[in-house]
Amino acid sequence: MWKVLSAALLFSVVLGAQSAKYGAGRAPSAEEIRALGPTVGPDGRGLPPGSGTAKQGREVFAARCARCHGDKALGDVGPALVGGKGSLATAKPVKTVGSFWPYATSVWDYVNRAMPFDKPGSLTHSEVYSAVAFLLHLNGIAGETEVMDAKSLARVRMPNRDGFVPDGRPDVKR
Amino acid sequence: MKRTNRRDALRLGAVLGSGLAARGEEPRSLGTPLSAYGERSPFVKPVRTMRQTKTPEAGSSATPLADTYGIITPSSLHYERHHAGVPNIDPARHRLVIHGMVERPLILTMDDIRRLPSVSRIHFLECGGNSGGEWQAKNQPDVQRSYGLASCSEWTGVPLRLLLEEAGVKAGAKWLIAEGADACKMQRSVPLAPELDYALLAYGQNGEPLRPSQGFPLRLLTPGWEGNVQVKWLQRLLVTDQPHMTRDETSKYSDLMPDGKARIFSLPLEAKSVVTFPSGGQTLPGPGLYEVTGLAWTGKGLVTRVELTFDGGASWVEARMDEPRFPRAFVRFRMPWRWDGKPVVMASRATDETGYVQPTREQLVAARGMNSGYHFNGIKLWRVGADGVVTNVEGA
Repeated sequence: MWKVLSAALLFSVVLGAQSAKYGAGRAPSAEEIRALGPTVGPDGRGLPPGSGTAKQGREVFAARCARCHGDKALGDVGPALVGGKGSLATAKPVKTVGSFWPYATSVWDYVNRAMPFDKPGSLTHSEVYSAVAFLLHLNGIAGETEVMDAKSLARVRMPNRDGFVPDGRPDVKR
Repeated sequence: MKRTNRRDALRLGAVLGSGLAARGEEPRSLGTPLSAYGERSPFVKPVRTMRQTKTPEAGSSATPLADTYGIITPSSLHYERHHAGVPNIDPARHRLVIHGMVERPLILTMDDIRRLPSVSRIHFLECGGNSGGEWQAKNQPDVQRSYGLASCSEWTGVPLRLLLEEAGVKAGAKWLIAEGADACKMQRSVPLAPELDYALLAYGQNGEPLRPSQGFPLRLLTPGWEGNVQVKWLQRLLVTDQPHMTRDETSKYSDLMPDGKARIFSLPLEAKSVVTFPSGGQTLPGPGLYEVTGLAWTGKGLVTRVELTFDGGASWVEARMDEPRFPRAFVRFRMPWRWDGKPVVMASRATDETGYVQPTREQLVAARGMNSGYHFNGIKLWRVGADGVVTNVEGA
């Protein structure tokens, strides 16, 4: 749906390799970029090495996630992470990783950058793969021993992958 | 001691028919001395409202719109929306990295950025979730809690475009991935759309450096778009050919429609306005003259007209707008009004330069259902009772 932005709509930044007018800043080192941490695209680009299964993820979840999301990821202080399938078009939609999130890569990215809420950045990359594998398993999207890594995670097709459409506004006409 | 003695002397003088009687006033005591940093009067009390939560680092606080004058929100009352608390950043250590599909990846210090040509402009900022409760008519009792995730400041910064040209955006690039330096490294995908011509890398707000809660030392400002993409504590701009479909643009800030599909990247904020006086929670002391006033804004340029209704929307009259008006900024509107003491239902509606007219809640619900959650810009009705008490019109 992001393809709605055609080249003609792109803003008028001057493209190409002309020299810098002001010479601001300097080139960052590879290490300076790496130090910012992974940033992950929906095709899996940016996913780092590491791997995990739902079986391993069960332990990670119990130790690091269940306190806020509940033992069964049904929600407590933090939101529910399972369930809601088939609810989106009803009067009471339940938006979870399983029912709503379009990409498993985004789940990895968000857990990696923002979870656990009180200590983000404290999980190893493999622990993140494991926790995400567990969430996918709880939602019936991945098997318990399926290994999630940079390649397999990018191949996961989330149930609501096609559930997003472009902004349709203005949609109230007089 | 001395003072008391003097007062006693004066009183004695008064008794004797001299002194006070001659001057006709009490002597005055000195005010407080100079101060290094100003405080508001102790008689002025408005504050931001917050919802009770177990995780106050991830929440929002709302501007007391009914207690502000003009179009500028005091920085200390600017609304907040944080996802992992406010980081305490030493500007000397902060860096912005621009990389990805660019000819010249850059790392910049705050000094590097402030040495570049800058501009100052007045723009509103509004959370995409502002007035979200209105979708389900779970109306908050006052304008602060129902419309207060919107504020307006003068922002100072370097045009985004200037730094993208410094880096040299490669052909085929269509998106920026903007990332903050807060605990959750909040990230949003920003399309390289024409509206970015107005975008700033802002380091100043209302004449001083950004407040920490507004992104000190550096934030992305994309005027007219929902607040969430205007990433605070900005540390990274990754130039790329696709959005990253981050949590905050898919599972949040998307508009769930009745058919179960969710609209994504609904970035520009449509025309909106609200009457701040009289508004919910206030009481008019009695019939007589008042100045009806409020705020209007649009993400699509200039507000061109604000109208008021005093009969629940049956008829509308044009309000006066303060000048000058700025694109993508609050506009203050006003109208003198003589209240006859009878119950009245009033509201404002804004029109912008595209001809778009602020809709009613019913029109919005007809278009998007009741579960879309974000981007509510409907007309807000207030009822003034015969007792002068102003309340929310439930579900209107």
